[in-house]
Amino acid sequence: MKRRLAVYPLALALPLMAACTTNDPSSDTSGTATPRSLAVTSTDDRCDVSAQQAPSGNLVFTVKNDGSKVTEFYLLGQDGLRIVGEVENIGPGLTRDLVVQAAAGTYFTACKPGMVGDGIRSSFTVTDSGEPVAASGKEAELVATANTQYAGYVKDQSDQLLAKTEQFVSDYKTGKDDAARALYADARVHWERIEPVAESFGDLDPRMDLREADLQAGERWTGWHRVEKDLWPPKSGYHPMSRTERSAVADQLLADTKELHQRTRTMTFTADQIGNGAKELLDEVATGKVTGEEEAWSHTDLWDFQANVDGARVAWEGLRPVLQQKDPDLDAKLEERFAALQKLLDAHREGTGFVLYTSLSTDQVRTLSDAVNALSEPLSQLTAAVVL
Amino acid sequence: MPETPEQPDRKGALSRRRLLGVAGAGTAIGAAGFVGGLGASWAATGPTPDDASQPQSHPFHGEHQAGIVTAAQDRLHFAAFDLTSDSRDDLVALLKAWTAAAARMTAGEPVGERAQPYDAPPDDTGEALGLTASRLTLTFGFGPSLFRDAHGADRFGIADRQPKALRRLPHFPADNLVAARSDGDLCIQACADDPQVAVHAVRNLARIAFGTAAIRWAQLGFGRTSSTSQSQQTPRNLFGFKDGTANLKVEDTADIDRFVWVGDGDDPASDWMTAGSYLVARRISMTIETWDRTSLREQEGIVGRDRQHGAPLSGGTEFTEPDFSVTGRGGKPLIPVDSHVRLAHPSHNDGVQILRRGYNFTDGNDGLGRLDAGLFFIAYVRDPATQYIPMQNKLSRDDAMMEYLQHTGSALFAVPPGVPQGGYLGEALFT
Repeated sequence: MKRRLAVYPLALALPLMAACTTNDPSSDTSGTATPRSLAVTSTDDRCDVSAQQAPSGNLVFTVKNDGSKVTEFYLLGQDGLRIVGEVENIGPGLTRDLVVQAAAGTYFTACKPGMVGDGIRSSFTVTDSGEPVAASGKEAELVATANTQYAGYVKDQSDQLLAKTEQFVSDYKTGKDDAARALYADARVHWERIEPVAESFGDLDPRMDLREADLQAGERWTGWHRVEKDLWPPKSGYHPMSRTERSAVADQLLADTKELHQRTRTMTFTADQIGNGAKELLDEVATGKVTGEEEAWSHTDLWDFQANVDGARVAWEGLRPVLQQKDPDLDAKLEERFAALQKLLDAHREGTGFVLYTSLSTDQVRTLSDAVNALSEPLSQLTAAVVL
Repeated sequence: MPETPEQPDRKGALSRRRLLGVAGAGTAIGAAGFVGGLGASWAATGPTPDDASQPQSHPFHGEHQAGIVTAAQDRLHFAAFDLTSDSRDDLVALLKAWTAAAARMTAGEPVGERAQPYDAPPDDTGEALGLTASRLTLTFGFGPSLFRDAHGADRFGIADRQPKALRRLPHFPADNLVAARSDGDLCIQACADDPQVAVHAVRNLARIAFGTAAIRWAQLGFGRTSSTSQSQQTPRNLFGFKDGTANLKVEDTADIDRFVWVGDGDDPASDWMTAGSYLVARRISMTIETWDRTSLREQEGIVGRDRQHGAPLSGGTEFTEPDFSVTGRGGKPLIPVDSHVRLAHPSHNDGVQILRRGYNFTDGNDGLGRLDAGLFFIAYVRDPATQYIPMQNKLSRDDAMMEYLQHTGSALFAVPPGVPQGGYLGEALFT
């Protein structure tokens, strides 16, 4: 469960941008004036760029909005259509950097005050510096493939989630508590693998995955963790749910799962959504799973932990063809650190699942947490490396 | 920041003194001249103003690491790290990355030189943007466990270069050490006048370390308890007494060379430590509440100095040398035999001295509503075996103050020499 204030529908996330930089501009593009650092001043009727040409490589356009309207800045290809790089939504008075990797050629710069029309354009020349610039063009295709793969993964996981939830709900409603307990963590794995997608639905997530501690005073508690507490009740001070109460919670959970399943049928994903989703999955591990807060009653946190890591790895794997072109060092580091974390998790396997969180020693938790940090830091660089 | 004359606190008084001093000396003379002038009558007039002669930032590169004889800044964030990687390459890469980040932050620059896309998390965490360098120093050290693990195995191919002096400190009488507050493979001492700047530095260095090293323990210090320069007023510890009056000062260059810096030939197998030093860290909890119920007579007897001015009980002013032979009624020494100043004095420690650089801390309260507070003791020595360990054994055994103290954390680190331009921390250890 994500903090509810931070839930953003995926639909509001950035659009697909299939062009053309790395997140690793050479150091000569830092704040000081160099041929590759360009200042852009956007007003309501002007778009002043500090130079009309630059050497090929990583360029930084520092765009200041000196106008009264929200503005955008684009670097466009020679055809005036292809977007090499863009920064959007720059409010009056604000400054934002556009970092692009540009090969030698002819371009257009364009400011778009008011975010309408073709923008105020000027021609811009990138001269050949002799430095290698990663080839573009194929990337759009690779990103499209990543999208297809990821959308397929989300659909498959929600299929399995629905099937297992149906069984789980049936067991629970008919009092087969042992069967329900045995299925609980296994069913939730499919939720946890696509958690950022599920969380993107601000109505479903709180109904399905809220923990007791997340409730407001007087708020009705439903979803997985409500059932969890009923199946693993505290030793004292707890009133088990009646058959009627069980049915109400179970039916709601199944209805919400069906709704989630339905919505995932038509979802598409952009590279930044996939990349940010991977990062968010590791954030989930860091804040909820490695601390044992997620499964406060069943203590099956390691199942969720593994599922979050699974989802992050699938997201990264889909983006690897792009990442290997743009930042092979980052890709190698992610490969090494996914493997290191998996090795640690594997040490806690038992039967078809894992040991309970409560059987982990403080040192074991600490070691897992260190490995999560080690992976999360480079993983947070993934989106910028592949998207821009 | 203007401060009103009514303000009774120490800083207020200092600021006023500085204002009067500068006005009296005239702006043309400048801060250095002002301090120099007072220095002549230093012993008679007491401390000189803080900071007036100090630069606003300290260069990271140099013969010795900064943050040792550097005039003690007001705030501390100290962090000890354990390596989470067993790769020597990772360790060297971390030391290089720390070197680059430290050089930038101590100059007041944010971490990271590259311009970053909007979709990337910023290299610098941002909380120090717009703040000055705040005299930040970052001082790095290597613990014994960096060289050999608990079973004595060589961890990074450097075990044969472990200095003889770099051994886990022994158990001292009455130690009550917490493992989670002790030891560590690496350490960073971040000192600055603005606590936000010190915390920013440790946070960013910890972030850079993820995957290679992780924080084992950390300690914030809110106020310095030592002066390391004659230009600084002697601060007070949480017992209310001036602390570090007789500390080594940067101006005592001969003593600094003799007692702080590792000399060429001190330990031929570990010549990479030449011009470095050893950092002793001790988290010393104070039982504040019982101390506060103690009569002033007893407090002064325990310390061996008067509380108001810091003068030794044998007489004089703060900077008068204590005379341990002076006796009062009944032939009893005016400075008690079990007083802190007597037991810690060089004349009772074979003439050795140490450079103290400690900080007051409070970490909130304990479960009984008592302050969890004390002194985070930091000392720099040329050789812990001859300078610190004998002294601490004696203090822990005999010092009357021990009734109010408990040592809860302990660590020893080898602090390599300073980094030349283009080099990196501890480079000589790895090449």
